Amino acid sequence: MIVAERKPFDEITGFIKDCKRILLVGCNECVTVCYAGGKKEVGILASALKMAFTKEGKQLEVKEVTLERQCDHEYLEEIRSIIAEYDSVISLACGVGVQFMAEKYLGTPVFPGVNTLFMGVTEERGVWTERCQGCGQCILGQTAGICPISRCAKRLLNGPCGGSTKGKCEIDKDLDCAWQLIIDRLKELGRLDDYDELIPIKDWSTERAGGPRKLVREDLQP
Amino acid sequence: MNTKTPSRLEKVLAAGHLAVTSECGPPRGSNGDAIAKKAEMIKDYVDAINVTDNQTSVTRLCSLAACIRLKLMGLEPILQMVTRDRNRIALQSDILGAASFDIHNILCLSGDHQQFGDNPQGQNVFDLDSVQLIQTARYMRDEGKFLGGDDIDQPPEMFVGAAANPFADPFEIRVRRLAKKVVAGAEFIQTQCIYNLEKFELWMKQARDHGLHEKVYILAGVTPFKSAGMAKYMKNRVPGMDVPDEVVQRMSGTPKEKQPEEGLSICVESIQRLKEVEGIRGFHIMAIEWEEKVPEIVERSGLYPRPKIQ
Repeated sequence: MIVAERKPFDEITGFIKDCKRILLVGCNECVTVCYAGGKKEVGILASALKMAFTKEGKQLEVKEVTLERQCDHEYLEEIRSIIAEYDSVISLACGVGVQFMAEKYLGTPVFPGVNTLFMGVTEERGVWTERCQGCGQCILGQTAGICPISRCAKRLLNGPCGGSTKGKCEIDKDLDCAWQLIIDRLKELGRLDDYDELIPIKDWSTERAGGPRKLVREDLQP
Repeated sequence: MNTKTPSRLEKVLAAGHLAVTSECGPPRGSNGDAIAKKAEMIKDYVDAINVTDNQTSVTRLCSLAACIRLKLMGLEPILQMVTRDRNRIALQSDILGAASFDIHNILCLSGDHQQFGDNPQGQNVFDLDSVQLIQTARYMRDEGKFLGGDDIDQPPEMFVGAAANPFADPFEIRVRRLAKKVVAGAEFIQTQCIYNLEKFELWMKQARDHGLHEKVYILAGVTPFKSAGMAKYMKNRVPGMDVPDEVVQRMSGTPKEKQPEEGLSICVESIQRLKEVEGIRGFHIMAIEWEEKVPEIVERSGLYPRPKIQ
């Protein structure tokens, strides 16, 4: 999932300080799972914003909506009939949802209510960790199912570096060394000899380096 | 004597001498004389001088410019290059720039993470890793081509080196990683500072078991302690460093004013012992901000005078 966390409250109030009516839009997908922008978080933020305005002797009307997704036209269309009634929108979706909303509704300011962090997993309750950077050419088949691009601080394809200590990364003693994990798993699989293969220089053109990416599936196009 | 480049370091090694290298860290400013001053102190006692590349991710005068200064002094620089700060375009370009000044040695490194330096908020590059930089330097030299496939007009003639840390984890993989660097094309290796001699000897034995001592020149890295505080710092704070308790105790048990002398003695004793290790082809003396002591270490270790090589 895409992991996000709510922005600091003061940053959000800063966006809307001159507004009287706002639309606060949650998303039922990733940000719900990581407790950053689902229906519950929409409700909490709405109450907090109204209280903050009241404290300053101002009024704020907040319309709460949580869409199934904000990265698909059909769900974003659900607010078309009401959006013009509001001074601005705060979207608690990831950066993808915020942008798609902004592209669709040019006449209303759309502000982000969360910071989008990474693609990751729920490692345990309340703990999320990164697993993928979307490089566009998956190498997990060569690295025992553990990604050095997203999990090694230097994204070394032929690690581990000289800073790996007792299974941990040189930048943080609580961070696993990705290459220690790869070696441990190769051993578990009886494939440690795979380690001796040089991983060649990577073509990063399918990653961010190649510019904004686009996928077209003609078989699915109308 | 079979050499592939005009590198003096390569010639010394190929002739069977125990090589001696040391390093100069460029200054945190634009005063080029600072590097010249350091080099002056050590130049007659070493075969080649490493110039570090923004070590520990702290911004400094660039390695290439400092190497050019050494070259213009008639010295033999080893250009350290990390892949942290430059993509493959810049790395290849800098290799050509170095070659244009007849700099014939390169040490290929990934580099410390920028979190340790003065710009922890900066982006890192890591377009290549250290192993791939070795491949790149060899490809440019041996195939006479850029990574993109075009021919290089006058390819660089670099003697290609890499680092090895026998003390990082997992230990069992350390010789295999060295082997990967050799397969990638590394011709000389400079190791991390050695304080745990038993562990190093075990690593060297594994390297010999793989026949690596015959495929690559291994220079043992040593760093003298200036003080007990430095020994403790290296033990506890520097990632991938292995300083045994007895070494720290030896420094701590020495009166403060005698500690520098004791640190030098430990260093010289280490070199003497490492000379007996089969497969060690030289020494890399990293006297951090203590370059003036390199001559003494070299002399006391019986490594002076240095061979005259044309």
